[in-house]
Amino acid sequence: MSDHLLTYVLRQGDRALVLAQRLLEAITHAPEIEEDMALSNLALDLIGQARALYSYAGEIEGAGHDEDHFAYTRDPHEFLNPLLVERPNGDFAHLIVRQFLHDAWALPYWSSMQHSTDATLAALAGKAVKETTYHLRHSRSWVVRLGDGTDESHERAQAALDALWPYTGELFDADGVEDALVADGVIHPPADTLHEAWRGTVANALEEATLTMPDDGVMQRGGRVGRHTEAFSYLIGELQVVARAHPGATW
Amino acid sequence: MTGSTADWPLWEVFVRPKRGVSHVHSGTVHAPDAELALQNARDLFTRRSEGVSIWVVRSSDVTASDPDDRDAFFDPAADKSFRHPTDFVLPDEVANM
Repeated sequence: MSDHLLTYVLRQGDRALVLAQRLLEAITHAPEIEEDMALSNLALDLIGQARALYSYAGEIEGAGHDEDHFAYTRDPHEFLNPLLVERPNGDFAHLIVRQFLHDAWALPYWSSMQHSTDATLAALAGKAVKETTYHLRHSRSWVVRLGDGTDESHERAQAALDALWPYTGELFDADGVEDALVADGVIHPPADTLHEAWRGTVANALEEATLTMPDDGVMQRGGRVGRHTEAFSYLIGELQVVARAHPGATW
Repeated sequence: MTGSTADWPLWEVFVRPKRGVSHVHSGTVHAPDAELALQNARDLFTRRSEGVSIWVVRSSDVTASDPDDRDAFFDPAADKSFRHPTDFVLPDEVANM
Protein backbone atom coordinates (compact mmCIF):
# COMPACT_ATOMS: atom_id res chain seq x y z
CA MET A 1 0.00 0.00 0.00
CA SER A 2 2.64 2.54 1.00
CA ASP A 3 4.74 1.50 -2.03
CA HIS A 4 1.78 2.23 -4.27
CA LEU A 5 1.15 5.53 -2.58
CA LEU A 6 4.81 6.52 -2.91
CA THR A 7 4.84 5.71 -6.63
CA TYR A 8 1.60 7.56 -7.13
CA VAL A 9 2.72 10.69 -5.28
CA LEU A 10 5.99 10.72 -7.23
CA ARG A 11 4.08 10.44 -10.51
CA GLN A 12 2.11 13.53 -9.59
CA GLY A 13 5.11 15.43 -8.24
CA ASP A 14 7.16 14.62 -11.34
CA ARG A 15 4.33 15.72 -13.61
CA ALA A 16 4.21 19.10 -11.91
CA LEU A 17 7.99 19.59 -11.74
CA VAL A 18 8.71 18.58 -15.34
CA LEU A 19 5.97 20.79 -16.74
CA ALA A 20 7.26 23.68 -14.63
CA GLN A 21 10.77 23.13 -15.96
CA ARG A 22 9.50 23.26 -19.54
CA LEU A 23 7.64 26.50 -18.81
CA LEU A 24 10.72 28.03 -17.25
CA GLU A 25 12.72 27.25 -20.40
CA ALA A 26 10.32 29.53 -22.27
CA ILE A 27 10.95 32.57 -20.12
CA THR A 28 12.30 35.46 -22.20
CA HIS A 29 11.00 33.61 -25.29
CA ALA A 30 7.27 34.28 -24.89
CA PRO A 31 5.66 36.62 -27.42
CA GLU A 32 5.58 39.48 -24.91
CA ILE A 33 7.04 40.20 -21.50
CA GLU A 34 3.55 40.01 -19.98
CA GLU A 35 3.31 36.40 -21.16
CA ASP A 36 6.75 35.66 -19.71
CA MET A 37 5.28 36.67 -16.36
CA ALA A 38 2.18 34.57 -16.93
CA LEU A 39 4.23 31.48 -17.76
CA SER A 40 6.53 31.94 -14.79
CA ASN A 41 3.50 32.27 -12.51
CA LEU A 42 2.13 28.99 -13.84
CA ALA A 43 5.54 27.39 -13.31
CA LEU A 44 5.82 28.66 -9.75
CA ASP A 45 2.41 27.25 -8.85
CA LEU A 46 3.47 23.90 -10.32
CA ILE A 47 6.78 23.94 -8.45
CA GLY A 48 4.84 24.63 -5.26
CA GLN A 49 2.68 21.58 -5.95
CA ALA A 50 5.74 19.47 -6.73
CA ARG A 51 7.45 20.52 -3.51
CA ALA A 52 4.43 19.57 -1.42
CA LEU A 53 4.13 16.23 -3.20
CA TYR A 54 7.85 15.46 -2.83
CA SER A 55 7.78 16.34 0.86
CA TYR A 56 4.89 13.95 1.26
CA ALA A 57 6.77 11.31 -0.74
CA GLY A 58 9.65 11.69 1.72
CA GLU A 59 7.26 11.09 4.61
CA ILE A 60 5.75 8.01 2.99
CA GLU A 61 9.14 6.59 2.11
CA GLY A 62 10.44 7.18 5.63
CA ALA A 63 14.11 7.21 4.60
CA GLY A 64 14.76 10.83 5.58
CA HIS A 65 14.70 12.17 2.02
CA ASP A 66 13.59 15.76 1.46
CA GLU A 67 12.02 17.34 -1.61
CA ASP A 68 15.43 18.22 -3.10
CA HIS A 69 16.39 14.56 -3.07
CA PHE A 70 13.51 13.67 -5.35
CA ALA A 71 14.03 16.62 -7.71
CA TYR A 72 17.81 16.69 -7.94
CA THR A 73 19.31 13.29 -7.30
CA ARG A 74 17.18 10.85 -9.24
CA ASP A 75 18.19 9.72 -12.73
CA PRO A 76 15.88 10.30 -15.71
CA HIS A 77 14.49 6.76 -15.68
CA GLU A 78 13.38 7.25 -12.07
CA PHE A 79 11.04 10.10 -13.04
CA LEU A 80 7.44 9.00 -13.48
CA ASN A 81 5.72 11.90 -15.26
CA PRO A 82 3.42 11.34 -18.23
CA LEU A 83 5.21 11.99 -21.54
CA LEU A 84 2.94 14.92 -22.44
CA VAL A 85 4.55 17.32 -19.97
CA GLU A 86 8.10 16.61 -21.15
CA ARG A 87 7.39 17.34 -24.82
CA PRO A 88 9.66 20.19 -25.99
CA ASN A 89 8.25 23.70 -26.13
CA GLY A 90 8.55 24.17 -29.88
CA ASP A 91 6.64 27.31 -30.88
CA PHE A 92 4.25 29.19 -28.63
CA ALA A 93 1.32 27.18 -30.00
CA HIS A 94 2.96 23.92 -28.88
CA LEU A 95 3.64 25.30 -25.43
CA ILE A 96 0.09 26.59 -24.99
CA VAL A 97 -1.66 23.54 -26.43
CA ARG A 98 0.43 21.27 -24.20
CA GLN A 99 -0.49 23.41 -21.21
CA PHE A 100 -4.16 23.40 -22.14
CA LEU A 101 -4.33 19.63 -22.65
CA HIS A 102 -2.69 19.25 -19.24
CA ASP A 103 -4.82 21.84 -17.44
CA ALA A 104 -8.06 20.42 -18.83
CA TRP A 105 -7.01 17.19 -17.10
CA ALA A 106 -5.63 18.83 -13.95
CA LEU A 107 -8.72 20.83 -13.00
CA PRO A 108 -11.20 17.94 -12.75
CA TYR A 109 -8.39 15.87 -11.23
CA TRP A 110 -7.66 18.25 -8.36
CA SER A 111 -11.34 19.08 -7.90
CA SER A 112 -12.06 15.43 -7.25
CA MET A 113 -8.95 14.88 -5.17
CA GLN A 114 -10.37 17.24 -2.57
CA HIS A 115 -12.50 14.24 -1.57
CA SER A 116 -9.55 11.87 -1.27
CA THR A 117 -9.46 9.71 1.85
CA ASP A 118 -5.79 10.72 2.10
CA ALA A 119 -5.89 13.89 4.21
CA THR A 120 -2.58 15.23 2.89
CA LEU A 121 -3.57 14.86 -0.76
CA ALA A 122 -7.03 16.29 -0.07
CA ALA A 123 -5.50 19.36 1.57
CA LEU A 124 -3.06 19.80 -1.28
CA ALA A 125 -5.91 19.52 -3.75
CA GLY A 126 -7.76 22.36 -2.04
CA LYS A 127 -4.90 24.71 -2.87
CA ALA A 128 -4.12 23.23 -6.28
CA VAL A 129 -7.68 23.51 -7.53
CA LYS A 130 -7.61 27.29 -7.20
CA GLU A 131 -4.28 27.54 -8.99
CA THR A 132 -5.35 25.16 -11.71
CA THR A 133 -8.61 27.00 -12.32
CA TYR A 134 -6.54 30.00 -13.29
CA HIS A 135 -4.07 27.95 -15.35
CA LEU A 136 -6.89 26.49 -17.41
CA ARG A 137 -8.47 29.87 -17.91
CA HIS A 138 -5.19 31.25 -19.23
CA SER A 139 -4.22 28.36 -21.49
CA ARG A 140 -7.77 28.03 -22.82
CA SER A 141 -7.89 31.76 -23.60
CA TRP A 142 -4.79 31.37 -25.71
CA VAL A 143 -5.93 28.21 -27.48
CA VAL A 144 -9.09 30.02 -28.58
CA ARG A 145 -7.14 33.06 -29.73
CA LEU A 146 -4.53 31.08 -31.64
CA GLY A 147 -7.08 28.77 -33.23
CA ASP A 148 -9.50 31.51 -34.13
CA GLY A 149 -6.79 34.05 -34.94
CA THR A 150 -4.81 34.45 -38.13
CA ASP A 151 -4.32 31.73 -40.77
CA GLU A 152 -0.82 31.15 -39.47
CA SER A 153 -1.79 30.94 -35.80
CA HIS A 154 -4.60 28.54 -36.68
CA GLU A 155 -2.26 26.35 -38.66
CA ARG A 156 0.33 26.28 -35.88
CA ALA A 157 -2.26 25.56 -33.21
CA GLN A 158 -3.71 22.67 -35.23
CA ALA A 159 -0.21 21.31 -35.90
CA ALA A 160 0.55 21.45 -32.17
CA LEU A 161 -2.71 19.72 -31.34
CA ASP A 162 -2.07 16.96 -33.88
CA ALA A 163 1.50 16.48 -32.62
CA LEU A 164 0.57 16.37 -28.92
CA TRP A 165 -2.65 14.38 -29.14
CA PRO A 166 -0.90 10.97 -29.05
CA TYR A 167 0.49 11.91 -25.63
CA THR A 168 -2.90 12.55 -24.03
CA GLY A 169 -3.94 8.91 -23.60
CA GLU A 170 -1.33 8.30 -20.93
CA LEU A 171 -2.96 10.89 -18.65
CA PHE A 172 -5.79 8.43 -18.09
CA ASP A 173 -3.77 5.25 -17.76
CA ALA A 174 -4.18 3.23 -14.61
CA ASP A 175 -2.06 0.29 -13.55
CA GLY A 176 -1.92 -1.69 -10.33
CA VAL A 177 -0.79 1.42 -8.48
CA GLU A 178 -3.85 3.48 -9.34
CA ASP A 179 -6.27 0.57 -9.13
CA ALA A 180 -5.34 -0.13 -5.52
CA LEU A 181 -5.60 3.53 -4.57
CA VAL A 182 -8.94 4.02 -6.29
CA ALA A 183 -10.26 1.06 -4.33
CA ASP A 184 -9.11 2.70 -1.11
CA GLY A 185 -10.68 6.02 -2.02
CA VAL A 186 -7.29 7.74 -2.13
CA ILE A 187 -7.77 8.61 -5.79
CA HIS A 188 -10.87 10.39 -6.96
CA PRO A 189 -12.16 10.04 -9.57
CA PRO A 190 -11.49 6.86 -11.55
CA ALA A 191 -9.81 7.45 -14.90
CA ASP A 192 -12.88 7.08 -17.10
CA THR A 193 -14.79 9.78 -15.23
CA LEU A 194 -11.78 12.05 -15.56
CA HIS A 195 -11.50 11.28 -19.25
CA GLU A 196 -15.08 12.28 -19.84
CA ALA A 197 -14.60 15.61 -18.04
CA TRP A 198 -11.36 16.26 -19.92
CA ARG A 199 -12.88 15.48 -23.29
CA GLY A 200 -15.80 17.82 -22.62
CA THR A 201 -13.49 20.71 -21.71
CA VAL A 202 -11.26 20.09 -24.71
CA ALA A 203 -14.11 19.68 -27.21
CA ASN A 204 -15.74 22.87 -26.00
CA ALA A 205 -12.54 24.92 -26.33
CA LEU A 206 -11.58 23.44 -29.70
CA GLU A 207 -14.98 24.26 -31.11
CA GLU A 208 -14.64 27.87 -30.02
CA ALA A 209 -11.10 27.88 -31.40
CA THR A 210 -12.29 26.45 -34.75
CA LEU A 211 -9.76 23.63 -34.30
CA THR A 212 -10.36 20.01 -35.21
CA MET A 213 -10.10 17.38 -32.49
CA PRO A 214 -7.70 14.69 -33.76
CA ASP A 215 -8.79 11.06 -33.85
CA ASP A 216 -7.55 8.84 -31.06
CA GLY A 217 -4.87 6.81 -32.82
CA VAL A 218 -1.98 4.97 -31.26
CA MET A 219 -1.16 6.60 -27.94
CA GLN A 220 2.41 7.10 -26.75
CA ARG A 221 3.02 5.96 -23.21
CA GLY A 222 5.86 5.02 -20.90
CA GLY A 223 6.74 8.08 -18.83
CA ARG A 224 4.73 6.86 -15.88
CA VAL A 225 6.95 3.79 -15.64
CA GLY A 226 10.19 5.65 -16.31
CA ARG A 227 10.50 5.26 -20.10
CA HIS A 228 10.98 8.74 -21.48
CA THR A 229 11.42 10.49 -24.81
CA GLU A 230 14.86 11.51 -26.03
CA ALA A 231 14.47 15.15 -25.09
CA PHE A 232 13.90 14.25 -21.45
CA SER A 233 17.49 13.57 -20.43
CA TYR A 234 18.47 17.10 -21.53
CA LEU A 235 15.66 18.56 -19.46
CA ILE A 236 16.78 16.64 -16.37
CA GLY A 237 20.42 17.49 -17.08
CA GLU A 238 19.64 21.18 -17.02
CA LEU A 239 17.35 20.86 -14.01
CA GLN A 240 19.99 19.07 -11.94
CA VAL A 241 23.29 20.50 -13.14
CA VAL A 242 23.85 22.92 -10.28
CA ALA A 243 22.72 20.49 -7.60
CA ARG A 244 24.97 17.78 -9.05
CA ALA A 245 27.99 20.08 -9.40
CA HIS A 246 27.64 21.44 -5.87
CA PRO A 247 25.93 18.78 -3.75
CA GLY A 248 24.33 20.19 -0.63
CA ALA A 249 25.29 23.77 -1.47
CA THR A 250 23.31 26.52 0.22
CA TRP A 251 23.23 30.29 -0.08
CA MET B 1 9.57 31.43 -30.36
CA THR B 2 8.96 34.64 -32.15
CA GLY B 3 6.08 37.01 -32.09
CA SER B 4 5.31 40.47 -33.28
CA THR B 5 3.40 42.24 -30.59
CA ALA B 6 3.93 45.78 -31.75
CA ASP B 7 0.22 45.86 -32.47
CA TRP B 8 -0.84 44.73 -29.00
CA PRO B 9 -2.59 47.74 -27.49
CA LEU B 10 -1.74 49.23 -24.14
CA TRP B 11 -4.14 48.90 -21.20
CA GLU B 12 -4.31 50.97 -18.01
CA VAL B 13 -4.57 48.82 -14.89
CA PHE B 14 -6.47 49.78 -11.75
CA VAL B 15 -6.22 47.60 -8.66
CA ARG B 16 -8.44 47.73 -5.58
CA PRO B 17 -6.13 46.86 -2.69
CA LYS B 18 -8.96 45.77 -0.37
CA ARG B 19 -12.67 46.04 0.09
CA GLY B 20 -13.92 49.53 0.78
CA VAL B 21 -11.01 51.25 -0.93
CA SER B 22 -11.09 52.69 -4.43
CA HIS B 23 -9.31 51.18 -7.39
CA VAL B 24 -5.94 52.85 -7.79
CA HIS B 25 -3.97 53.16 -10.99
CA SER B 26 -1.14 50.64 -10.84
CA GLY B 27 0.46 50.75 -14.28
CA THR B 28 -0.01 49.40 -17.77
CA VAL B 29 0.15 46.11 -19.63
CA HIS B 30 0.19 45.07 -23.27
CA ALA B 31 -2.47 42.59 -24.31
CA PRO B 32 -4.33 41.63 -27.48
CA ASP B 33 -7.76 42.00 -25.87
CA ALA B 34 -9.56 42.82 -22.62
CA GLU B 35 -9.69 39.30 -21.18
CA LEU B 36 -5.96 38.76 -21.60
CA ALA B 37 -5.28 42.28 -20.36
CA LEU B 38 -7.06 41.30 -17.16
CA GLN B 39 -5.01 38.10 -16.89
CA ASN B 40 -1.75 39.94 -17.58
CA ALA B 41 -2.67 42.56 -15.01
CA ARG B 42 -3.37 39.82 -12.47
CA ASP B 43 0.03 38.26 -13.15
CA LEU B 44 1.94 41.53 -13.02
CA PHE B 45 0.22 43.55 -10.32
CA THR B 46 -1.36 41.13 -7.85
CA ARG B 47 1.28 38.43 -7.50
CA ARG B 48 2.07 39.55 -3.97
CA SER B 49 -1.56 39.72 -2.90
CA GLU B 50 -1.87 43.40 -3.69
CA GLY B 51 -5.49 43.33 -4.69
CA VAL B 52 -9.01 41.97 -4.56
CA SER B 53 -10.30 43.49 -7.80
CA ILE B 54 -8.83 44.69 -11.08
CA TRP B 55 -10.09 47.02 -13.80
CA VAL B 56 -8.43 47.35 -17.18
CA VAL B 57 -9.17 50.15 -19.64
CA ARG B 58 -7.76 50.65 -23.11
CA SER B 59 -5.22 53.47 -22.79
CA SER B 60 -6.57 54.95 -25.99
CA ASP B 61 -9.99 55.29 -24.30
CA VAL B 62 -8.60 57.54 -21.59
CA THR B 63 -9.16 61.25 -22.19
CA ALA B 64 -6.36 63.06 -20.40
CA SER B 65 -5.83 66.71 -19.59
CA ASP B 66 -3.20 68.51 -21.65
CA PRO B 67 -0.10 69.59 -19.70
CA ASP B 68 -0.31 72.92 -21.55
CA ASP B 69 -3.68 73.49 -19.93
CA ARG B 70 -2.19 73.20 -16.47
CA ASP B 71 -2.49 76.90 -15.61
CA ALA B 72 -6.04 77.21 -16.83
CA PHE B 73 -7.13 73.95 -15.26
CA PHE B 74 -5.45 73.92 -11.89
CA ASP B 75 -4.11 77.33 -10.89
CA PRO B 76 -7.54 78.84 -10.16
CA ALA B 77 -7.97 76.32 -7.34
CA ALA B 78 -4.70 77.25 -5.68
CA ASP B 79 -5.96 80.31 -3.77
CA LYS B 80 -9.26 78.86 -2.54
CA SER B 81 -8.28 77.42 0.81
CA PHE B 82 -11.92 77.64 1.92
CA ARG B 83 -12.59 74.58 -0.20
CA HIS B 84 -10.53 72.46 2.16
CA PRO B 85 -12.64 71.02 4.99
CA THR B 86 -9.96 71.82 7.54
CA ASP B 87 -12.50 73.04 10.14
CA PHE B 88 -14.16 69.66 10.36
CA VAL B 89 -12.86 67.03 12.73
CA LEU B 90 -12.85 63.55 11.26
CA PRO B 91 -14.36 60.96 13.62
CA ASP B 92 -12.01 58.11 14.44
CA GLU B 93 -14.49 55.61 13.02
CA VAL B 94 -13.96 56.99 9.54
CA ALA B 95 -11.05 55.24 7.96
CA ASN B 96 -9.46 55.54 4.55
CA MET B 97 -10.25 59.15 3.73
